[in-house]
Amino acid sequence: MTLLITVFAAVISTVVWYNRKDDNMKLGILLFMYWGASIMWLVDAIYEYAELHEEYFTPAAADMLNDAFLGLSVVALGLVIWVVRLLITDPKGSVHRALTRKKA
Amino acid sequence: MACFLVSAAEAVVVTAVEKAEEKKELQAIETGVAKEIEVKVPLSRKLKWLTYMLWGGAVLLAFEHVWHGEVVPWFPFLTAMSDPADAAEMFHEMATVGVTMAALITVVWLGMCKAADAIVKRPVGRNAARFM
Repeated sequence: MTLLITVFAAVISTVVWYNRKDDNMKLGILLFMYWGASIMWLVDAIYEYAELHEEYFTPAAADMLNDAFLGLSVVALGLVIWVVRLLITDPKGSVHRALTRKKA
Repeated sequence: MACFLVSAAEAVVVTAVEKAEEKKELQAIETGVAKEIEVKVPLSRKLKWLTYMLWGGAVLLAFEHVWHGEVVPWFPFLTAMSDPADAAEMFHEMATVGVTMAALITVVWLGMCKAADAIVKRPVGRNAARFM
């Protein structure tokens, strides 16, 4: 479930990156992060499948729920890392403008 | 248990190489040693893709290990280290799962580099008409 959710996040961020108007949003970091995690969880899944065989595809409901919750948390963490980096690097100068704005 | 540490270690090495390569490329441009503008993706940019995948994957997997209680904020940080049998199992997992993870990311990255070189060489929008 964690793998599936991360793969969906990776595909969605890649499509958004492909349709970008400019590079100001630094979406590349987000998609590479999700793809990296997806590949790593895929390897984890392959090893688990080799150990459990068909049992791997019939997880208990509680495990699935926990994995789904973890997957969503991972996606949220990825988004937080991306947005913090975006604000720090400030490619559009929006943060700088907001901080240096004078009162009218 | 701690498979993400292998990717994190590779990420440290690749980040150092990427920074050195970036510096070398900038020096080549500044001194005019670089040949006329070639249509290719610089190695430093390609290495950046690999560092993002390795660091991103390692950080998100580290979070999963925190979630499962395998990584803790106090010494020795990995719960498996407190028991020799668990530690042996952890090192085995790092040598198998961890190395495979890092290797697969590197293989995917090599494929991406090949594809990127092929894409920049072909004329822009060559396939656009075909899919309309």
